[in-house]
Amino acid sequence: MTNSPMARPSSRQSVSSPAAEGASMRMSPEAAPLRAAPGFLKRGSGPVPGRRFLPQIGGLGLVLLADWLVSPQFFALRLQDGRLFGSVIDVLNRGAPVTLLSLGMTLVIATGGIDLSVGAVIAISGAVAASLVNGGLPVPLTIIAALSAGILCGAWNGLLISVLRIQPIVATLTLMVAGRGIAQLITEGVIVTFVNPSLSEIADGSWFYLPAPVMLVLGMLAVTLVLVRATALGLMIEAVGVNRRASELAGIGARSIIFLVYVWSGLCAAVAGLVLTADIKGADANNAGLWLELDAILAVVIGGTSLLGGRFSVVMAVLGAWIIQAMNTGILLSGFPPEFNLIVKSVVVLVILVVQSPVLGGLNPRSLFCGRGR
Amino acid sequence: MMRCKFIGIMALALVAATGSARAADRLVVGFSQIGSESGWRAAETKVAKMEAEKRGIELKISDAQQKEENQIKAVRSFIAQGVDAIFIAPVVATGWEAVLKEAKDAKIPVILLDRGIDVKDEGLYLTVVRSDAVYEGQVAGEWLAKAATGACNIVELQGTVGASVAIDRKKGFEKIVSETPRLKIVRTQSGDFTRAKGKEVMESFIKAENGGKTICAMYAHNDDMAIGGIQAIKAAGLKPGKDILVVSIDGVPDIFKAMADGEANASVELTPDMAGPAFDALLAFKANGTVPPKWIKTTTRLYQPDTAKAEYERRKDLY
Repeated sequence: MTNSPMARPSSRQSVSSPAAEGASMRMSPEAAPLRAAPGFLKRGSGPVPGRRFLPQIGGLGLVLLADWLVSPQFFALRLQDGRLFGSVIDVLNRGAPVTLLSLGMTLVIATGGIDLSVGAVIAISGAVAASLVNGGLPVPLTIIAALSAGILCGAWNGLLISVLRIQPIVATLTLMVAGRGIAQLITEGVIVTFVNPSLSEIADGSWFYLPAPVMLVLGMLAVTLVLVRATALGLMIEAVGVNRRASELAGIGARSIIFLVYVWSGLCAAVAGLVLTADIKGADANNAGLWLELDAILAVVIGGTSLLGGRFSVVMAVLGAWIIQAMNTGILLSGFPPEFNLIVKSVVVLVILVVQSPVLGGLNPRSLFCGRGR
Repeated sequence: MMRCKFIGIMALALVAATGSARAADRLVVGFSQIGSESGWRAAETKVAKMEAEKRGIELKISDAQQKEENQIKAVRSFIAQGVDAIFIAPVVATGWEAVLKEAKDAKIPVILLDRGIDVKDEGLYLTVVRSDAVYEGQVAGEWLAKAATGACNIVELQGTVGASVAIDRKKGFEKIVSETPRLKIVRTQSGDFTRAKGKEVMESFIKAENGGKTICAMYAHNDDMAIGGIQAIKAAGLKPGKDILVVSIDGVPDIFKAMADGEANASVELTPDMAGPAFDALLAFKANGTVPPKWIKTTTRLYQPDTAKAEYERRKDLY
């Protein structure tokens, strides 16, 4: 580790700590192009930095090809009411909720945790938004309230996990179950519909010819990337994910890091909840975001982030979410009987995961014998 | 709504006037309700209360929160309290033999609401009050066969794959389509009975069918999917209700709003009044031992935009 990336001058961590070494060993290769500033160029992450992402990019390519085969007009685009209209746009637009979730989920999983509550947080934030806007609250305040609800849920998870050290899967499972109940209490068990063009704009609006949810995704992606890759936050998250105790000994505030990733996940889920609620112009506490936590975890895993924590890639998780949605849209376009939906989906996911397998992927045959070597 | 309230108040007044002597003779019915997972379910409970009040019956409702074990517990406690009859809206079809036998031994008649069950001995329950989902699909199909002049390409938004309601509503609709050569189902997919999925599926149908130009009608297995589909049609720059005819099933308040706005054309009502016919059958049974048929079919009605506004007003507080 002579070329340790820890040697960057702005890094606040201890250079010599074993935890930081471990983290840098499993550092995300995505960091390389983003921080390709003079002085950091020497850092090696394999001969071709993008090579580890070939399964994802190839996977997306294959799924899009399949989409085009079942539906020749798949790539056709036209302008409709000042916004691009076509199946590709649908993929980006319909995939927005899962993509938003995967942004938060990636960071949570990178710390070795998991957030099962995001689907329920979607329901809560949607319920809050729909109820408040019907109560006559101005739209900006409604949005702030809905986002605060998500942050509060994330903080609750973070508290249980970072301070009380409850296992993430259990801690977030409680909110996954209770959260939907909370949302049902807010909506009083009915679908709360609203008529408010400004709030609907979150889903119906268009910026630069793209649907607003797509722009929201790009914006949140940019913010997440700046947070984790332009600061040392990403490294710290990786360090905590590799070995919490060692990272604490190295001076990283693991407790705050873990707390913050759950808050971020809650916020991302709240944004997704706003998108879904604005989309159907109503809050459906029973169904909004149902099972989306699993799609988000799948997107993160397809993106090559290990559930064990440590290495992560936000961009690849987004790509993973798009793969899932491109598949869903393709199935809908194909005209297959709906009984096949789940089978087709799981086969495609399985193929991508098998290609990624360190044993079959052939990207690094030595890993078979050398364990964790890079 | 006002009329129902009025009748309710009258019934209350009647009970109050006749005094406590009658109160002892009042029929007591225990009702194990599934929960309140949908607006329709909540309406079913509300209507059951209103219908009981109308007839001077005391109704004890137990909310099972989607769990069969809670329902079995509730039925046992109704038996222990010695109620005159038990209504069950069963959450699942199996596992009812033992507890129903207990009710039979206690000579308490059991009436099932909204859903049937699988038991070997049908004598374990008096009757089941539920709609005919195949017929609902058929009514929707018949309306479309009349409304669509000339050849008509239909897209279908199915309910959750494998749900019995979805299977039956598809079957009834397909029967009419197969009898009418002008009609053709060109696309069919599951929208999981939700607005969000209905919208997503309809979006892709529109893309797959030449921007929606070749679609003449949308048939949705429930109103919520239809409402999602209507939004997708609008987003594609088409007029729901005109460019693409919209027919769906359930009769929830929001579809009446859509019909009043000219965005939906017809909805087949699944009445939330399951308890009313059950009370009537029970009263006849108690009075002179009239055994009702094993399946009391609730009335299936098709609603169209002309009455939509009034129907919306009538329903909006019920759901």
